[in-house]
Amino acid sequence: MSDAVTEVREGVDRETVETVNAMAGKYKYGWETEIEMDYAPKGLTEDIVRLISKNNDEPEWMTDWRLAAYRRWVELKEPDWAMIDYPEIDFQDQYYYARPKSMEVKPKSLDEVDPKLLATYEKLGIPLKEQMILAGVEGAEDAPAEGRKVAVDAVFDSVSVGTTFQAELKKAGVIFCSISEAIREHPELVKKYLGTVVPVSDNFYATLNSAVYSDGSFVYVPPGVRCPMELSTYFRINAENTGQFERTLIIADKGSYVSYLEGCTAPQRDIAQLHAAVVEIIVEEDAEVKYSTVQNWYPGDENGKGGIYNFVTKRADCRGDRSKVMWTQVETGSAVTWKYPSCILRGDDSQGEFYSIAITNNMQQADTGTKMVHLGKNTKSRIVSKGISAGKAQNTYRGLVSMHPKAKDSRNYTQCDSLLIGSECGAHTVPYIEVKNNSSRVEHEATTSKVDDDQLFYCRQRGMDEEEAVALVVNGFCKEVLQALPMEFAMEAQALVAISLEGSVG
Amino acid sequence: MALTQSKLDATEARLAVLAPGGGAAWMQAARDDATSRLRAMGLPGARDEYWKYTSPASLIAPVAPKAALFASDNVPLFDQIDRLKIVFVDGVFDADASDDLTLAGIEIDRLEAAAAADIHWAKDLYGVLETRGQSPVQRPLAALNTGFATDGITIRVTGKAAKPVSLIYQHKSESSDAILHHVIRVEEGAELTLLENGPAAARFNKVLEVDVADRARFNHIRAQGRDHERQAVTHIFARLGTESQFKSFTLTVNGKLTRNEAVIELTGDDASAHVAGAAVGDGDFHHDDTVFITHDALNCESRQVFKKVLRNGATGVFQGKILVKDGAQKTDGYQISQSLLLDGDSQFLAKPELEIYADDVICSHGSTSGAIDEEALFYLRSRGVPEGPATDLLVLAFLAEAIDEIADPTIADDILARLEGWLIRRRG
Repeated sequence: MSDAVTEVREGVDRETVETVNAMAGKYKYGWETEIEMDYAPKGLTEDIVRLISKNNDEPEWMTDWRLAAYRRWVELKEPDWAMIDYPEIDFQDQYYYARPKSMEVKPKSLDEVDPKLLATYEKLGIPLKEQMILAGVEGAEDAPAEGRKVAVDAVFDSVSVGTTFQAELKKAGVIFCSISEAIREHPELVKKYLGTVVPVSDNFYATLNSAVYSDGSFVYVPPGVRCPMELSTYFRINAENTGQFERTLIIADKGSYVSYLEGCTAPQRDIAQLHAAVVEIIVEEDAEVKYSTVQNWYPGDENGKGGIYNFVTKRADCRGDRSKVMWTQVETGSAVTWKYPSCILRGDDSQGEFYSIAITNNMQQADTGTKMVHLGKNTKSRIVSKGISAGKAQNTYRGLVSMHPKAKDSRNYTQCDSLLIGSECGAHTVPYIEVKNNSSRVEHEATTSKVDDDQLFYCRQRGMDEEEAVALVVNGFCKEVLQALPMEFAMEAQALVAISLEGSVG
Repeated sequence: MALTQSKLDATEARLAVLAPGGGAAWMQAARDDATSRLRAMGLPGARDEYWKYTSPASLIAPVAPKAALFASDNVPLFDQIDRLKIVFVDGVFDADASDDLTLAGIEIDRLEAAAAADIHWAKDLYGVLETRGQSPVQRPLAALNTGFATDGITIRVTGKAAKPVSLIYQHKSESSDAILHHVIRVEEGAELTLLENGPAAARFNKVLEVDVADRARFNHIRAQGRDHERQAVTHIFARLGTESQFKSFTLTVNGKLTRNEAVIELTGDDASAHVAGAAVGDGDFHHDDTVFITHDALNCESRQVFKKVLRNGATGVFQGKILVKDGAQKTDGYQISQSLLLDGDSQFLAKPELEIYADDVICSHGSTSGAIDEEALFYLRSRGVPEGPATDLLVLAFLAEAIDEIADPTIADDILARLEGWLIRRRG
């Protein structure tokens, strides 16, 4: 993007232009916090698993759970079916645990947290002060006090730094804390739900996560409660050669509602780093969960050096009747993305939705999509996936829609559109459709095309430069998904769309 | 990757009961090459990605499962058409039942004769297109065919064929196991219509290699036999030159197991490939269309249209792919796979894929599955059409898009009439 001041032209949302300008430049979260860290020794053994468990002050049952996962993991092979190509990962050449030294003794409140850590989040636009904030939006600190409240759990490498608004949430009965805290404070809930949606042996990366997950967020919304504010977790990888393995567990009890946001960034480094997370969501009768992600891990440079390898297992189990889950993701970062947020629609009349924008530029590779498993009667699912590929990137939608024999009168609609910018990239669609009863209807549509020349010409004719024009057209292409995001995220995502495509034109 | 022991065992068990085919040195070389390729990849197993929805067990078993003969009182398809008939009975050429193999503009040989000749045009194609089609997806049963085909036909077309060539496959033995391999070359500007029909054998493995030269046209219409218990795996490997046209339509009615693979490569600019299929199955019926179209030239068009009507526990599978290679700009690729499930026991399993490496393209695919539209049925019934005929009408309307891909209207009408007959019989 040019350094020249962009004039706001007619028909272009002023806010969009400002946000884009504010975020212009290369990857803006590529800096590193210099902070003293405690590392577990490199490599993965039973001892490391025990050490992680001990550092988290975990009870014995949790240690055993992890060890069982580790033993299983040793026997598993890395999956190779995705359309991604990356050098072999040496799982013994990683740190599995890294904690800021100052976190050795757990701070009792945010006031005791190392100012350096707080400054890190401040710099990321995620102030951890309990103030009215707009998460994820540039200049949020200056936002007027009547802004919406968002509670934040901030995870720095392997540990949770702090969680805001805990007291206020407690009043509503909502538990929002780090998972390590939940294991200590609410073992009965963790024991009841952990690993019930993504079993320990689910897949290679989920099993690895089960063995070594260090922290993550825990949410429990009691029956009938509408969570009074948006919950958010912000993940930051800082230390070198360190994998981040967070585990998120969200339980929405009968008739409850919660909206959860997730954001992530990492420093710019030459060596690729590993990230393998697991998110489990349990949705009981009449409950609803919205889960939104803006994934902006460091994508590596133009030549594909460095970046995060993002192998994530996310799954929601709509256990109760009339339960509902909505996944929205904006995937712009990571060198490699392997991620399929899924819905198991077990309860009758339950609903699953998946809205996704995946943008790959330069040498990025993304293989992402969803699984909609219809088990209950009259279940509904909707998939809207927008893949945008530029530079030399490869972007794959991979999804499954499965209608079981008992899922009578169910409905699925899938739309996957791919946009190609430039002649060296690839866009692929790999849907699996399995229909085992005839009262259900399944529709799948997919298109692949390039940015429409007429639209570009129109924008250019009105004085926009080519990159701006492409960003505008792409934002239009993504509109259906952007609209599904909570307002704060939608703005950030819109800006990210423009940035991610930088240098893709001409 | 090393093969699993069970794959090695299955492959060796199958190879052990196959007799090595004869022929001149070039044919021996092609067969040996195919056999070693087969050994390297192994026969398909249930865990293979491309056999996820269709069990290959009965297709790879050393001995073919028996299939009872089915007596049909219908006049065979294409009987009203003036054509050159070539008859195979249980996979063996029947000279008495076949016409004389001479026809203006065409050179026809039995595979046996071609294989025995030291110099024959088929040398450049036999197993060659099949080998090209083995990447990126392996098709072991096609390699097996190249290695061990017992009979077949080679057709070279130099002008416009005076009439269609019709391959008729009769099934007369309950335990026949046929492996046929045909090679076709349609020379520059030439044109051929190929008709195929009949159940062929209890188990049938067929490969058709078609090289369509620049500006040539190849038109293919096939009806797979109605024997309920027959099993078949067929492959079409086609290579298309500049401005050439390829059209293939398959009608499948009944059959315990059918796997039809079409592997088409558009290598010349402005070429066009249409592959279509209509399948209607009742009960113990498993039908699998696996299509792989590669665009490797400018401004080419491809269409895949597959429709399936399923009832009483029938299973339909569609695995279709459009691969647009780097540089294949201005590609227009279209793919549709739809199934109509007439009852709750039937199922449809689909994997419609796109893999695209060029930016100036239009590619789309759609896939749907569902029951008869209640509103349309209500509309017809409210106009006095009884439920049975109204349902049949809607089924035929559903199949129409695939039938439309048949270029010859006489054949299209005949096929439609037969489908209607099938529906009425099923209604009882």
